[in-house]
Amino acid sequence: MKPTASDTMSQIQPQADNGPLTKVSKPFPWHIVFFLGPALLIYVAISVYPLLDTLRLGLFSEDETGAKFFVGLQNYSNLLLNEFWSEPFWNALKNNLIFFAIHMALQNPIGLLLAMLLSSPKLRLSGTYRTLIFMPTMLSVVIIGFVWQLLLSPLWGISEDFMYNIGLGNYFDAWLGKESTALITLSLISVWQFVGIPMMLIYAALLNIPEDLTDAAVVDGAKSRHVFWHIKLPLLLPTISMVSILTFVANFNAFELIYAVKGALAGPNFSTDIMGTLFYRTFFGFQLQQGSPTMGAAVATLMFLIILIGVMVYLFFVQRRIQRFQL
Amino acid sequence: MCISTIKNHLSRLTKLGLVATIFASPMSGAADKLVIESWRNDDAKIWNDVIIPAFNKQHPDINVVFSPTPPADYNSALQAKLQAGTAGDLITCRPFDTSLALYKKGNLEKLNELEGMNNFPAVAKTAWSTDEGDDVFCLPMASVIHGFIYNKEIFKDLGLSVPKTETEFFKVLENIKENSRYVPLVMGTADQWEAATMGFQNVGPNYWKGEDGRAALISGDAKLTDPEYVQVWEHMAKWGPFMGRGYQAQKYADSQNLFTLGRGAIYPAGSWDITTFNDQAEFEFGAFPPPTPDGQKTCYISDHTDIGIGLNAASSQKESARTFLNWMAGPEFAELYANSLPGFFPLANHKVSIKDPVAKEFLSWRNQCEQTIRNSYQILSRGTPNMENQLWNVSVQVLNGTMDPADAGKEVESGLKAWYPPHQ
Repeated sequence: MKPTASDTMSQIQPQADNGPLTKVSKPFPWHIVFFLGPALLIYVAISVYPLLDTLRLGLFSEDETGAKFFVGLQNYSNLLLNEFWSEPFWNALKNNLIFFAIHMALQNPIGLLLAMLLSSPKLRLSGTYRTLIFMPTMLSVVIIGFVWQLLLSPLWGISEDFMYNIGLGNYFDAWLGKESTALITLSLISVWQFVGIPMMLIYAALLNIPEDLTDAAVVDGAKSRHVFWHIKLPLLLPTISMVSILTFVANFNAFELIYAVKGALAGPNFSTDIMGTLFYRTFFGFQLQQGSPTMGAAVATLMFLIILIGVMVYLFFVQRRIQRFQL
Repeated sequence: MCISTIKNHLSRLTKLGLVATIFASPMSGAADKLVIESWRNDDAKIWNDVIIPAFNKQHPDINVVFSPTPPADYNSALQAKLQAGTAGDLITCRPFDTSLALYKKGNLEKLNELEGMNNFPAVAKTAWSTDEGDDVFCLPMASVIHGFIYNKEIFKDLGLSVPKTETEFFKVLENIKENSRYVPLVMGTADQWEAATMGFQNVGPNYWKGEDGRAALISGDAKLTDPEYVQVWEHMAKWGPFMGRGYQAQKYADSQNLFTLGRGAIYPAGSWDITTFNDQAEFEFGAFPPPTPDGQKTCYISDHTDIGIGLNAASSQKESARTFLNWMAGPEFAELYANSLPGFFPLANHKVSIKDPVAKEFLSWRNQCEQTIRNSYQILSRGTPNMENQLWNVSVQVLNGTMDPADAGKEVESGLKAWYPPHQ
């Protein structure tokens, strides 16, 4: 970072000073436009513009003829202060935080553990395990939802028999259907599906750690747990923190699994309602509920702000403190 | 598609060798193709094999294409297509506000002048009229009736007879539970809508006295905290123990399978289930109307106007579309539709003979009982919170035993109070 920044500075400085005097102006840097233009255009057209337009749309309201008019922050005050909007909103936010917490507590540590196991030189067939564990990540969420519903079904599922066989039959329940367990069950299904991603990223980072370091530590008398806690983990922290922020963004944008398993009404009693399903119901409507693009845009904007705040907290308070080591 | 139409034109040209076709065929081809938007993707075969060919016998010059979208995506997909101007000429209408909203936005043509409209009684048209009843914007197609479908073999084995009153109903359920391993009442709460539709709206009209109760709720004279509504949830609260293990995670398709596999005795049904059961069940099944509260003479059924068809205001072929709509209002369509899709009952005034025995049974209740439509559909689901969504939610909780019937009434009433002046 540093050298490149100062280079450009030194190039710009003299040019700006000498330009008018010498009257030798460089030709307009068309090549920059040429190389950056297409990508920038696509990015602006399909990412920046819709985002800005969503922010704009959230400030409008719509009457029954479809005409839009400006209402300022009324949608937001409605969403946060009117109990029939705010209650679902806070409920969705709370559920989303639980959803995220379960991913952080399980998906990423398990991903780390699996990556450690896979990188162990003693493990045979590590390629096979890697593929198998990564496989669910590549499957469609609809298939995942369907398969797990069948597995956990009290009618046709195999889980009940399985639990009887290991002596835990009394603990079986219709987990996906109960208010107290549905969200946790869905979170665990999602963890199962996506555990391959942290595993792969951490595995790749592990392979980058030179063996000289660990060998030297072993020669100095370090046990394997010392090697893990004092050498590997510090070197993995940048990757782990990146995985965490990816998890955060993905979890707060999550929608498909809940929609596939519980539908847009995210029952029972909205216990599995997260920001994505709340947005869907608001924007597209549901059954007799008419969709409202403007209110939906307000929900989407709040989702964007929540993610933005999360990412900024991460950038300013976590990213900066992480030490990076030149390997 | 493009290539095949071009091929068509080429072959016509070569066969007839007439210069006229060069001018006529593209024009007539463009003018006479009608596209129908619908959520009934299950019915695509019947439209393509039965209904459209029958129409083409009379009107060979109009080419009709049935183009369905999956039910869950229909409303949003249609909205997007209408905005983009790519929607079909004929639009299958959901009842009440969803279609009313389209009409107010100018997406649907006013159909007051349509000749075929005279074949329908006023009640059938309410679902697709403005609140004052001045304008009609969709042609009524069919209604669905709620009741219970039962496995006749199980009833015979256990020596049971069809229950008429609430007490008899629970006695039958008790009997099945005690004396067999069948699931007495086949329904789940995972998909939520069955709880409200097959539960609340099915048994409810008997308590709130059909149309009278529905009108009182709209005018604000009755509240959902009144006994006639709380009693419905009290009735449903007693279903839980009969609903089979793990019903909280049982989906609609699970329930259908459970019943057609012969593992359950009574199924709270919508008449549209008949088609599925005819295909899948290998036993004989029958139907009975929702049991009346003890001592009540009059019975009430939910005969819900569920499906209509309207004309896209942006269509370029309104004349052909009107021809098609008028044909749909006639006796031939009613007969074909009712018999191809037993369980969807035509709404026109024609005498239709229905062949399917169970569908006939459902239809016969129209003569014995007073009819009403689902009480949440007209006007009451316009605000936030949405009453239909709330009904799903509280009905599920009552069935799951996590909410008290009285609290269910309080919650929905407080939601209605939040935005609907007659309840404030």
